[in-house]
Amino acid sequence: MKKFGILGIVLTAILALLVACGDQGAAGGSEEGSGGDTGGGDDGDKRHAIVFKSTGNPFGEKLMEGFEDAVQEAGGEAILRAPEQPTVEGQIQIIEELISQQIDSLTIVGNDYDGLEPVLTKAMDRGIEVLSTDSAVNENSRMVHVNQADPEAIGRIQIEAVAEMIDYEGEIAVLSATSQASNQNLWIEWMKKELENADYENMELVEVTYGDDLRDKSVSETEALLQSYPDLKAIIAPTTVGIAAASKVITDKGLQGEVVVTGLGLPSEMAEYIQNEVSPWMYLWNPIELGYLAGYTAVALSDGEITGDVGDTFEAGDLGSYEVTETEDGTEVLLGDPFRFDIDNIDEWKDVY
Amino acid sequence: MTEKNLLKHINLANISKFREFGLLGFIVLLAIVFQILNPAFLTFGNLADLTKNTAILSILALGMMLVLITRGIDLSIGATLALSGMIAALTVREFPGLSPLLAILIGIVVGVICGVVLGFLVSKVGILPIIASLGLMNAYRGLTYWISGREWVSAYQMPASFKDIATSSILGINTLVFIAIMIFLFFYYFVNNTITGRQIYALGSNPDSAKISGINSHKVYMLVYTMMGGLSGLAGVLWVSKFASAQGNTASGYELTVIAACILGGVSINGGIGKVTGVLLGAVLLGVLDNGLPLIDVSPFWQMGIEGAIILIAVLFNTIVKQTVEKSHRLRRVI
Amino acid sequence: MNTRIISNTKVFSWKHFFLQWEWMLVGLLVIIFMMNSSISPYFLNYTGISDATMTFLDKAFIVFPMVMIMIMREIDISVGSTVALSSVVMASLYNAGVPMIAAMGACLLVGALCGFFNGYLLVKYRTLSAVIVTLSTMILYRGIAYMILEDQSAGGFPTWFSFLGWGYVGPVPFILILFIIFAIGAVLLLQKTTFGRRVYAIGSNPVASRYSGIKVDRMKLIVFTLAGLMAAITAIFLTSRMGSTRPNVANMYELDVIAMVALGGISTAGGKGKMLGAILAVFVIGYLQYGLGLINIPAQVLLIVIGVLLIASVTVTNLRGKGKFQKKKSRKSVQKAS
Repeated sequence: MKKFGILGIVLTAILALLVACGDQGAAGGSEEGSGGDTGGGDDGDKRHAIVFKSTGNPFGEKLMEGFEDAVQEAGGEAILRAPEQPTVEGQIQIIEELISQQIDSLTIVGNDYDGLEPVLTKAMDRGIEVLSTDSAVNENSRMVHVNQADPEAIGRIQIEAVAEMIDYEGEIAVLSATSQASNQNLWIEWMKKELENADYENMELVEVTYGDDLRDKSVSETEALLQSYPDLKAIIAPTTVGIAAASKVITDKGLQGEVVVTGLGLPSEMAEYIQNEVSPWMYLWNPIELGYLAGYTAVALSDGEITGDVGDTFEAGDLGSYEVTETEDGTEVLLGDPFRFDIDNIDEWKDVY
Repeated sequence: MTEKNLLKHINLANISKFREFGLLGFIVLLAIVFQILNPAFLTFGNLADLTKNTAILSILALGMMLVLITRGIDLSIGATLALSGMIAALTVREFPGLSPLLAILIGIVVGVICGVVLGFLVSKVGILPIIASLGLMNAYRGLTYWISGREWVSAYQMPASFKDIATSSILGINTLVFIAIMIFLFFYYFVNNTITGRQIYALGSNPDSAKISGINSHKVYMLVYTMMGGLSGLAGVLWVSKFASAQGNTASGYELTVIAACILGGVSINGGIGKVTGVLLGAVLLGVLDNGLPLIDVSPFWQMGIEGAIILIAVLFNTIVKQTVEKSHRLRRVI
Repeated sequence: MNTRIISNTKVFSWKHFFLQWEWMLVGLLVIIFMMNSSISPYFLNYTGISDATMTFLDKAFIVFPMVMIMIMREIDISVGSTVALSSVVMASLYNAGVPMIAAMGACLLVGALCGFFNGYLLVKYRTLSAVIVTLSTMILYRGIAYMILEDQSAGGFPTWFSFLGWGYVGPVPFILILFIIFAIGAVLLLQKTTFGRRVYAIGSNPVASRYSGIKVDRMKLIVFTLAGLMAAITAIFLTSRMGSTRPNVANMYELDVIAMVALGGISTAGGKGKMLGAILAVFVIGYLQYGLGLINIPAQVLLIVIGVLLIASVTVTNLRGKGKFQKKKSRKSVQKAS
């Protein structure tokens, strides 16, 4: 009898825990405006979901915040999701769950360019409007891509910046995220193209290494670059973890002024190193605005205001009017140029994102 | 009877010594290869980087050694490290005036609590360590995201005193390395010269007879997991201070690296066997690989494959050496 | 107290039947279904429930051999990397002009070879533990996958290939049908054949089984090869689900699989647990995740729930097993004394 008692108690405890967690999730969700716990959504507001790369990433949290603002302004309901690890498998699972919830639109920040095509095609077949933002998926998988900035411009501007910092002369290296990150790979391609320009004939890209967006690996890779190329003048890191890790290494080794770091990074992560002049300046776009624009694009798609074809225009709240344009693969909505963060403006941005 | 025991003891000692020489030889060989491929490898600056980067790994590996000796395993250390690092970072963000020693203490306390929970589940409830720590790994990782509000703590939010933990030096040695050396010396003394230390080995080699001979197994299990937790907590603070950033996914998957360091160092997953010096060499081997592979001029896509091959070769090398020695001693092994 | 329950054999056996861990899992599954349908209006929907199986069954194929490996007191943590390598080989061969069927055959072959290599090392060097061998090959296999594909992805498979991961046979997902067929086969293999009995014998006492004439080495080789083969089947389904592949797929799959097996009541101390338990555990974890996903709970809460569920359920097994454990231990010590 006693055993039954124990079993009963433990099972009830598990059940209670699950329900409690479920409630908590729903409560936490509604706090974020993502409460999907009632069926009320069906007949009233439209529901717009966004799936980011992985949870606990400040860039993603701000992106989703902007998305949520836009959707709520438009009178809809926002669902914010992200898998625990940045994997395609995790995103497929979440998208399946969202399809079951019969959402109206899905905004994806892809962990892979091609790997989400089957599940996103399925979503579109079920009448869900699909768009991508930040990290694109291929043109068959979405109706439109909301682009933070032109990849060509992002690639070229980083070479221009680094050239200015080192007076168009010396060895430079790139510290990227993972070798599988399609965004980063595309930017590095454009960097290489920009370097073919005659202005940069005295500059040499000595190595492209991958820090896998891990602190420890990014640090060892940076140290290896410094050891292997004693004359290295600059490191370009087009990724948040990489640029901060590289700057930390330069700071600790007291190489300020000898090796410069630039690239793409979060102002909060980079504030320290812009202020100590390891990185004279770096770039990023505003993730809140990017999410906001994606939110309005999602609303416009689901209202039938646009279809994702070239020439469509729509109003994106405070950001004004936007037009869908043609690119090499599919159509896109372009936010604007990347924003430059330097010692004069970093203080006002470091607490924002 | 005693003579036989003595003989056996000497043989075992020889083997384990031999083993470590094998590993040391392998590391030297690897270092020579790296040096030939890139002369920057054996420079003072690079070796300083290498030791600094290996310090945290070796601290964790020593704790893991004790766990493995008791036939246990702890998969939750990466998550414990992240949780205590995050809590320490959040605390110094709120109270920038806090003494760095106190920050370290907070990290250790959090780690100890995490370790006590695991120790309790293993020793009192009797759940298998691999499963208990797998469950806690998920739970601690989730907690880390939760308390951080899914934000990071960045460099500018940490006071200089906190970041100095990792960059300052004591007696001319980098603090991280100094702490690792202190812990190494403590462990060396602890496992070789204290009764509790010997009890850990006794329990690992034969749990049943250890219990019969009066060793309080609950206490020993509790101790090793608590120590592991405390070391993970310490490592968490050092990690956050070293990289000047606390993230929710800090050290995700790091437990496997730590276990690899132990096993390379000759710790047996079946309990009872493992030496402090061996574990240190295991950690150094991984440190040399992490440091040396980016230095040699191979495609970054080949690095992982080369690393895997070298680890496998090191493992087989060790085993073959050991089997040869054993054969020559005609020792009968218990499977 | 324990002895009193044990001595009360007649009542105990009745209880014993319903107190089997497998029944507990069935109960848990029912509870999860009830919970899911009460928290989400979208749960009780046939398409959703059957589509959900597609998302969690791919890695579940590895559960079958992992159950046997863990009953034999071993472990295989290289399965995730084996999935990645065999998937990458398949996609590269197809892109190099090899017919899809042949590429799939190569995928199975590579998977089996990976598993065989693990088993071979374990048999050849008996002092090595499975953890260190599979930890090394975990890095090695994924490393080879990176060497093959570098930073590229490979895909563009024929349309029929997507049927495997996405298709239905009548109203039932293809992957579910195949999983059930494999599951029946696995249950029969482990629970009804000599092969299965040997697996348990090795797990309960490896030394004794060696002396009693069981070819332990051959068994190990077979089971590890089987693990590689099943990882390759997972690779085929996963690749079909994604329509393309990369060297970084199936990361940490080994831990997901081990969690399922552990929840299924298989103990790493060897010799205990049933195939059916692990199969039920696959659905328990799968539908728990799916249900909580339907109310969009954040990933960190999901992590905590799964962690706590794993520990809580194993605690229950332990409380149940305490009596038996005592008995077994005393027998063991008697054996030792003699």
